Amino acid sequence: MAMEEEMEKDKRIFIIGEEVATYNGAYKVTRGLNDKFPKNDWRMVDTPITEQGFAGLAIGAAMAGLIPICEFMTFNFSMQAIDQIVNSAAKMFYMSAGDFNVPITFRGPNGVSAGVAAQHSQCFASWYAHVPGLKVVCPWSSEDAKGLLKSAIRDPDPVVVLESEMLYGEKFVLSPESCSENYLIPIGKAKVEKVGGDITLVGYSRMISVMLKAAQELENDNISAEVINLRSLRPLDINTICESIKKTHHLVTVEETWPFYGVGAEVIAQTVESEGFDYLDAPPYRVSGVDVPTPYAKNLEEASIPHTINVINAVKMALNL
Amino acid sequence: MSRFLVNHLSAMSRLCRVTVLRPLLTPSTTQVRFQTTDIKHRDRLIQKELGIARYVGMKTVYSADIETCTVVPNHTPLPVYQVLDNEGCVHDTDQLSLSNQEVLDIYKQMVTLTLMDKLLYDAQRHGRISFYMACTGEEAIHFGSSAGLSHEDMVYAQYREAGVLMYRGFSPEECMNQCTGNVLDLGKARQMPVHYGSRKLNYQHISSPLGTQIPQAPGTAYAFKLQGANKCVCVFFGDGSASEGDCHAAMNFATTLQCPVLFFCRNNGYAISTPATEQYAGDGIAMRAIGYGMEAVRVDGNDLFAVYNAVKHYRERAVTENAPFLIEAMTYRVGHHSTSDDWKAYRYENEVHELGLNSCPVKRVKLFLIKQGLWTSEEDEDFIQQTRSTLIQTLEKAERQPKPGLDSLFTDVYDKIPSNLIDQRNEITNHIRKYPNEYPKHYQ
Repeated sequence: MAMEEEMEKDKRIFIIGEEVATYNGAYKVTRGLNDKFPKNDWRMVDTPITEQGFAGLAIGAAMAGLIPICEFMTFNFSMQAIDQIVNSAAKMFYMSAGDFNVPITFRGPNGVSAGVAAQHSQCFASWYAHVPGLKVVCPWSSEDAKGLLKSAIRDPDPVVVLESEMLYGEKFVLSPESCSENYLIPIGKAKVEKVGGDITLVGYSRMISVMLKAAQELENDNISAEVINLRSLRPLDINTICESIKKTHHLVTVEETWPFYGVGAEVIAQTVESEGFDYLDAPPYRVSGVDVPTPYAKNLEEASIPHTINVINAVKMALNL
Repeated sequence: MSRFLVNHLSAMSRLCRVTVLRPLLTPSTTQVRFQTTDIKHRDRLIQKELGIARYVGMKTVYSADIETCTVVPNHTPLPVYQVLDNEGCVHDTDQLSLSNQEVLDIYKQMVTLTLMDKLLYDAQRHGRISFYMACTGEEAIHFGSSAGLSHEDMVYAQYREAGVLMYRGFSPEECMNQCTGNVLDLGKARQMPVHYGSRKLNYQHISSPLGTQIPQAPGTAYAFKLQGANKCVCVFFGDGSASEGDCHAAMNFATTLQCPVLFFCRNNGYAISTPATEQYAGDGIAMRAIGYGMEAVRVDGNDLFAVYNAVKHYRERAVTENAPFLIEAMTYRVGHHSTSDDWKAYRYENEVHELGLNSCPVKRVKLFLIKQGLWTSEEDEDFIQQTRSTLIQTLEKAERQPKPGLDSLFTDVYDKIPSNLIDQRNEITNHIRKYPNEYPKHYQ
């Protein structure tokens, strides 16, 4: 919906990726757009299989004044294009001293899915959020998806939108204001999904659902958890996190993927470097996936990612219970 | 111009007649891209034609004779189109499409580039700049192609195309500001030397990783097509970069999406120390075009007029037909790959003379001009002396300029400077303000 509204408004926007047009998208995200924007208008581009190629092509188009939405079937395949994304899209504005900006949006499913194993399940949040010149957002709810994608499309900088295949099927209630054509979520602001007073839980994407469930169960033990949905990984809204810590004095970060050099590590480092440190009554903890490539067998895959119980355990550890 | 086309077409068809490409105007997965109109292969009739063979995007015939279904690499390489020879003689005056004045102007620019290359290369050796890449031996490619394009056409270069930019008006002073990284550099001293760029002159800023520019070019061409801009894109790359996956992807895209782009390969024989004999096994880069469904031409890259004719011809066709073309310009990299290289480690001096210096593109134009009575050796010597002295002064002036202020460290990362960079910028500014005597003037 976000893409359709934006494409109707601004004729410079076009969509490029594998299967996006005639097939309506590998995950049907671009369903219906091919009928609305027929192929001979050149605004829906089905591509040969080369991420390196179509990312490069989209970047060239962006530098010439179009606004591409470049879809990766999953971000696992974006590694084949990572030179284009990092060395060109992210750095070109800086290297060209402001001559050429790259108003491109890279989007697609990221992270663990279901039964697709190691090479289809990696989370690339750290990889892209590491790079100055890129903006990285991570929607959880339908509102997030719409508002963040619209902001990404309208942003003159390159934006990476990390969606989640598991969330495509989940239903969310849309607020009345989010149904408007101009509903934008600012990039760089986190959202407090649930207010609480005892501990701050920070996460992104599918883990928000896990955190909210854990928070609900913790209520039974009289623990009131505040759940923060980062929405934006770069820029990171450290202020919202610190304001929460001033209230709760405890922090647990939750991410689906590997802990090393990850989002949790960054959140904690920035917290400790800020005034948030003075308000912490306990060390911060990270809940993360197991440090292994994702296995295929259902039981193993389930065991490799965090669940409600892991969040609850971490909270109790942080609160010394 | 017509003679050029006729000769070229018959040469192409003699060497590789298997199918004829019919360019299409609208995309469709059901439409036929290749149709057999001539079933003679190597002058042998298919003895037993078994009927029409239909596949997705293809309509041809079945044959019981496997040899007629086989295409073998041709051991006779594609000839090289030449107008001007080593001695400055023109084979066919009908093919001279540049006016005398244009040739003279270009010659002076070629000499300027050669002198600037020598000066800046030596400057690096003396520690005055950190790095340099010379274009020695490829000057005809630069000026011939740039003159054949329109100034509005977007250029994506690799790094050895300074003359293309200079033809459009980028001055030696601007080059030197970039190489010395001073405050006057239009690129705010963000990039290493010879990584020029100019939006105004429609020349994309150089990207170091090899081949990244190659798929970006059809992307820009695609945008031009959607915008109805009547412009094309010319992307330069070397024989080495042509091996990158990006190159394959780009050519496949340009043909499937019908983008008005010229793929210009500077085949100068070397990718640092890797000779072309180790870079590929096929007949250069030109022959790859057929695999993608694209027309290609091989020209003498040291021949200003041949390069000009080819670029001008294919530029027009790219724009009017919305189609890509491949131009392979054969040349020789006379100098080292860069100041970090020494060719003595992997090739012999006699090859440099035989294939490079003997074939010097600048000398050819000089001999041509002298033969035409448009130039003399005395004028040449004077011009060289004057230009050299001006360039030396320009470099000294560029070196005296200060470096950019620290403020420019933080800008242009994003459209709007983010808060964390504002904080860092304030911190560093306040610190230096507090201890002004501890830091050089140009930090302030």
